[in-house]
Amino acid sequence: MLSSADVSALWLTLRLAGTASACLMLLGVPLGWWLARTPSRWKPAIETLVALPLVLPPTVLGFYLLMLLGPQGPIGSVWRALGGAPLVFSFSGLVLGSIVYSLPFVVQPLQNAFQAVDAGLLEAAAVLRAGPLDRFGAVALPLARPGLLTAVTLGFAHVVGEFGVVLMIGGDIPGRTRVASIAIFDHVDALAYAQAYRLSAVLVIFSVAVLFALYSLRPLDRPRWAR
Amino acid sequence: MIQGAFDLARERFALQAKFEVPARGVTALFGPSGSGKTTLLRCLAGFERSPAGFLSVAGAVWQDEARRVFLPVHKRPLGYVFQDARLFPHLCVRDNLRFAWRRTPGAERALEMDQVIDWLGLEPLLDRREPRLSGGEKQRVAIARALLASPRLLLMDEPLAALDAAAKGEILPYLEALHRRLSIPIVYVSHSLEEVSRLADHVLLMAEGRVEASGPLQELATCPDSPLAHLEDAATVIDGVVAEHDNTFHLTYVDFAGGRLSLSRNPLPVGTAVRVRILARDVSLALSRAPDTSILNILEGTIETLAGHSPAQLLVHIALAPGSRMLARITRKSASLLALHAGQRVFAQVKSVALVP
Repeated sequence: MLSSADVSALWLTLRLAGTASACLMLLGVPLGWWLARTPSRWKPAIETLVALPLVLPPTVLGFYLLMLLGPQGPIGSVWRALGGAPLVFSFSGLVLGSIVYSLPFVVQPLQNAFQAVDAGLLEAAAVLRAGPLDRFGAVALPLARPGLLTAVTLGFAHVVGEFGVVLMIGGDIPGRTRVASIAIFDHVDALAYAQAYRLSAVLVIFSVAVLFALYSLRPLDRPRWAR
Repeated sequence: MIQGAFDLARERFALQAKFEVPARGVTALFGPSGSGKTTLLRCLAGFERSPAGFLSVAGAVWQDEARRVFLPVHKRPLGYVFQDARLFPHLCVRDNLRFAWRRTPGAERALEMDQVIDWLGLEPLLDRREPRLSGGEKQRVAIARALLASPRLLLMDEPLAALDAAAKGEILPYLEALHRRLSIPIVYVSHSLEEVSRLADHVLLMAEGRVEASGPLQELATCPDSPLAHLEDAATVIDGVVAEHDNTFHLTYVDFAGGRLSLSRNPLPVGTAVRVRILARDVSLALSRAPDTSILNILEGTIETLAGHSPAQLLVHIALAPGSRMLARITRKSASLLALHAGQRVFAQVKSVALVP
């Protein structure tokens, strides 16, 4: 069956996808809300930055991140001066890279979901003495719930499937930064097709199972009257 | 008093409104569509912020840009009933009501959930959500929700406009009972003269973003130069008291400042305050009290003014008693035949009197 190295690669992939999608939601929800409601002239600039990973090759993105976060890079050097552990070739580096790379897959569904929230309902809530945060939590979030689920599913799945960024910023350190997609590449590189087949099959089954579970959950997410 | 001054420029519309209306009873914002009624209401709520605006409600200043005061919407003790009910679709009726109740500070709560549910008959609807409610039911829930915020000013934006006749009939009695049961001032937007004459105590006439006239309904409805008097279904609104019932002929007599009116028998007890409505086109004039007419309601008065209404018709204002006026619409030909002029004694023959329920 799977070697212990493959199991640890899978486990690392899960941890990375879990951590990164949690961070992505924490970042994406306020960002998506802001983009959905703001009249700011900065909005197109921010939208461009968020969407950039959709068009850039992952290696380009990974390369720039490596330069930024490396010990000599502008962010990496400050981080080190503050006493932080190295960012590149580490789990935290992988998380950072994954966040940047998957941001559009989380922010865009959130932005769409928030844009679809009827502004009239927010006015109705304001008249009932709900302040801005209260309106967001009690009206906007529940109404945008299907969009939240789509965002977290896409974010998670996209992190599981990434390769280029992870390879550039994480290297290929067994047990630390060797995620499943890289392990498969290594197996193929070493002509170990049987192992590549097995690990790939696990990834396929896992992905199908997660997506299927989430999409089967969806009906429960609909309002009671529509089920 | 509710005092306000708003000056708002939008792309294709400008609002320039300065007004003062009593902070009790129902004030109707009346005018054609596009005259700025809803915009003015939104200024009152704080949804729109006029750069040099001012608003004080019963002594509390909600906006005074000269002193940089602007209370955000959620800090104003307001109720707002929208034309489209705007119930929260993810919450059942009970939770929609609780949304309002929970956010009202305990010390300010004037009404409890049960009272409001009971009064508006919402018990059977409590577990439903918006898609399973009829238009009238939605609006009833919306009114209940607005009341549960224990507002000190209730704003209503054409709450009946989106409803069919049956649903209107379902809601109107509640609206009429509203200001009798609660002593909250209500500002009510409408473009229906019938609704206004049923509900309003005070009228603010709007046209092209400006306040054209403001005054008590009875005064404004019969004021010679008021646009209200020139509407097709212009009417005199009279507040009176049930004086007596006549069981032989099945009539009810209503006394008011200008005399006594007979109406078909109604079940209201003697002493009840009532409002009656007499359409200007249902009033004819005679120079003497006709002894041989079937018309029961004949009121004596003095012609105040004669104003042109159309090429064929004149609008006549008759003073019945100090502060009590009546509108009559007659043909120019009749006016000429009778040689009617201001200051003349006339007898107004009222063909029909409708009790405003």
